[in-house]
Amino acid sequence: MKLEGNDWIYSKKVKEHFIKPKNFLKNQKEVKDFNGHGSVGNIKCGDLMEMWIKVKNNKIINVKWKTFGCASAIASTSMLSEMLLEKGGMQLEKALKITGKDIMDRLGGLPAIKIHCSVLGDQALRAAIYDYAQKNKRTELSVEKPIEEEHH
Amino acid sequence: MKKIYFDNAATTPVRKEVLKVIMPYFSKNFANASSFHSMGLEAKKAVTQSREKIAKILNCSPEEIIFTGSGTESINLAIKGIAFKKLLEGKKGTVITQKTEHHAVLETLEWLKKFGFNIIELNVNKEGIVSLKELENTIISEQNKRNEVILVSIMYANNEIGTIQPIKELAQLCHKYKTILHTDACQATEYLNLDTKELEIDLMTLNGSKVYAFKGSGLLYKKKGIGLEPLLHGGGHEFKLRAGTENVPSIVGLAKAIELAEKEKKSENKRLTQLRDYFIKKMQKEIPKSYLNGSKTKRLPNNINISFEGVEGESILLRLNEKGIEASTGSACTSQSLDPSHVLIAIGRDHGLAHSSMRFTLGKYSNKKEIDYTVKELKKTIKFLREISPIWRR
Repeated sequence: MKLEGNDWIYSKKVKEHFIKPKNFLKNQKEVKDFNGHGSVGNIKCGDLMEMWIKVKNNKIINVKWKTFGCASAIASTSMLSEMLLEKGGMQLEKALKITGKDIMDRLGGLPAIKIHCSVLGDQALRAAIYDYAQKNKRTELSVEKPIEEEHH
Repeated sequence: MKKIYFDNAATTPVRKEVLKVIMPYFSKNFANASSFHSMGLEAKKAVTQSREKIAKILNCSPEEIIFTGSGTESINLAIKGIAFKKLLEGKKGTVITQKTEHHAVLETLEWLKKFGFNIIELNVNKEGIVSLKELENTIISEQNKRNEVILVSIMYANNEIGTIQPIKELAQLCHKYKTILHTDACQATEYLNLDTKELEIDLMTLNGSKVYAFKGSGLLYKKKGIGLEPLLHGGGHEFKLRAGTENVPSIVGLAKAIELAEKEKKSENKRLTQLRDYFIKKMQKEIPKSYLNGSKTKRLPNNINISFEGVEGESILLRLNEKGIEASTGSACTSQSLDPSHVLIAIGRDHGLAHSSMRFTLGKYSNKKEIDYTVKELKKTIKFLREISPIWRR
């Protein structure tokens, strides 16, 4: 990874999302407005993410999240939420194709040791879509049940 | 932005008094201390005088001081030096240490396992202190198995949580069972008693980078009569225990720094203890669910290590960094592994709180104003990170 400036170990974009994260859940009461929820990660490893999505007409029209983790974990979740809401929301099929690498690219890269943080972001999203699919009998969506994460 | 430096346990700046005394030895008198011409003799004299100055403070003879290139090197010399001496005698044996040691000790011992040495890591209590009874039982049990305990290595004070070990009692116990004690005193040099006679210590590692001298300067105290194999072979420097042209400015600087530390020890201990306790009290008052790691009383005067429930250390560190505050964390995220601090795990912290820890280490230039500003920013930071944390429930 290229270092931008000499006073920060991450990219400018990571810093932006870390210092001023977007779309995080401010109030627990908001949860009722959402119809998909996913939670991944493990406190043992130092990151834990929760994501809520609101799906309407097969499109994610709102996203909120909460993250316990390092700067890159927080920035990854924030970046992902922004990606999902661009252009008025994302089709579920397209959202399912988002990978950790896509998030990382948008962030301008992450140090090698931090790559798992971005992977966790897309896993949280998948878990939320799975939850939505289960509740709404959308069996045609190819999303697998999230696995309970082991100490990675 | 003005910087507030609260990472003095990582390293300290070189103080101006030290800079002043070392300057002549770079370009003006740069001679090799082993040369026979007058410049060489002058360099030699500077090394000799430095050794004598330190010997006085350590209450030992100058020949018992071996200058090295770092704390890590001194630790390696002490541990491998003893172990290889044994190997040459056709023996192996057991080395006893404890779980919160610096990696320089733990990794060196891990490597010794490859040669067939038996390594035992003692547990510590919640404050991070080893049990004398457990050490005694372990030595007895090894001796009953006909395993010679060739060395015990226990740090004087911990680098992460500042816990101070009962070094004198540990040394006495080792001697009772005819073994020896090495102590890593890198964090203790600036603040604790270094009198080797009073401590009854056999081997002691000191380093310059935590005492306002250089990075890359250190020494090993070795009591007369203890045999070591050198790590570096060559021109027979440092009583044939550490070959390599003497790093004159580094040695002169280390002596000056230790001398000044000794002179200021009492007043600095008092000043920093007050600041430390003020910092801890204020932080715990302002920020709910913040837990002090380590001992309240058996603690270095400059160490503050606190876990903030529900938030991760690296994100605290980097947000404080944005406010000009430089500190450190025991979270895995700043290390090369995914595991949090082995020290916090050893004192019984769960993984969550271990990932949530911050270390602030004060120094000579720290003051109350800096602490007030830090607590103010910390309070905002923790509040925000808790807001976005899924494990924080108000």
